[in-house]
Amino acid sequence: MTQWSGYFGLILQGALVTIELTLMGSVLALFMAFVAGMGRLSRFFVLRALATAYIEFFRGTSIFVQLFWAYFVLPFIGISLTPLQAGVLALGLNVGAYAAEVVRGAIQSIGREQYEACTALNLGRWQGMRHIILPQALLVMLPTFGNNAIELLKATAVVSLISLADLTFQAQVVRAQTGNTMVPFATILVIYFILALLISWGVRSLERRMARGLDGVRV
Amino acid sequence: MSASAPIIKIDGISKSFGNFKVLDGLSMQVMPGEKLALIGPSGSGKTTILRILMTLERIDGGHIQIDGEQLYHIERNGQLLPADERHLTRMRQKIGMVFQLFNLFPHKCVMDNVTLAPMLTKGTPRATAEKRAMELLEMVGMADKAKNMPAQLSGGQKQRVAIARALALSPKIMLFDEVTSALDPELVEEVMNVMRKLAAETDMTMLLVTHEMGFAHDFADRVLFFDRGKIVEEGKPDEIFRHPKQERTQGFLKKIIAAGHRV
Repeated sequence: MTQWSGYFGLILQGALVTIELTLMGSVLALFMAFVAGMGRLSRFFVLRALATAYIEFFRGTSIFVQLFWAYFVLPFIGISLTPLQAGVLALGLNVGAYAAEVVRGAIQSIGREQYEACTALNLGRWQGMRHIILPQALLVMLPTFGNNAIELLKATAVVSLISLADLTFQAQVVRAQTGNTMVPFATILVIYFILALLISWGVRSLERRMARGLDGVRV
Repeated sequence: MSASAPIIKIDGISKSFGNFKVLDGLSMQVMPGEKLALIGPSGSGKTTILRILMTLERIDGGHIQIDGEQLYHIERNGQLLPADERHLTRMRQKIGMVFQLFNLFPHKCVMDNVTLAPMLTKGTPRATAEKRAMELLEMVGMADKAKNMPAQLSGGQKQRVAIARALALSPKIMLFDEVTSALDPELVEEVMNVMRKLAAETDMTMLLVTHEMGFAHDFADRVLFFDRGKIVEEGKPDEIFRHPKQERTQGFLKKIIAAGHRV
């Protein structure tokens, strides 16, 4: 029994790494999503082209290959990353490319009349974006951002391939040491599921908070 | 007409949407403080004129002067060049607009809807902006709803807030684009009352596009009847509504009355 609790400790350590990766990857993904999503709507061709190239490239190639590049290929051009850095980079850039399209779509979903009100009130492009368009668009983005975050959580498993001791990696260690396949893999299945549920709940409560007042219900 | 210069001088402007020519060489002038009603059938170009003045649509040709300055052009070395965003921003300070569908910001309370633009565009301190907003909300009878969200208001209330919001920037010219058309009949009057009061109490120049002929009659110093992008007839409200000279004006008014609108 004490032996099992030791193995369980290993898996918990892995869970912490997975959570860390998910959080840091999400921050990078969110940043890239706004930069590239708004870049696609820019007046300037160069920004639009750069944003489009980024999005298409990172959506169009495999996350595995991107991770291998970040970890194994970048050192050849003088950039050596730790497994954690490489993992965050690959996950953040990959999921950020998907989320960028969410940002663009949400901004475009805000009605023309809101933009016209901004013009009539003489708000600058950025002022209107910052105070009027983005706050409303954010509410449209949130549910899909929740999806993206869960996708990112599940994609963290690939970092075990570059020897980062995440949840999946630790499960394999436990399996190798105990010879038991069922228990470690069932455990991490449950842990992934719980983490995904936490993200769902978090996003949904954020959504509720932001939607307050918009539907005419008393605040 | 007084000796002062027109505050709006439209000179031969044209505008097409695709193949449809809405305005074709239209010219007109508005004197400072004048209250103008633009009437006419749908698609006659009335709303387009307001949208052009608010820089929501660009013109294909012609010139517009607001308050002695070119709206869409910059004069440099005696030449007229297309205006840049900075020039437009400066010119927009002179003009405010109220929309048919209110266009309130749904995520901001009534107070924030009114104070946002003065604080952002003029750097008005919050306390000053809120004090002024309360005065304006008082005037439109919405002071007790200052903390409400737009979704909690009726159409008439939303429109009154929208009027206060436009006034908060103290424009010289106010444009009203069918501001009662989207309202339930019983809510039309409260918005019209606010506007009558506004017309009587301020020396702001006002342009009103409306299908409410009775309201146009009370509100305006001068009525312009538009058809197919041209001014067919203009004159004092009594002349236009009681003794229209042009056949097309007569026909239009007859149709409107038949449709149940009062004159």
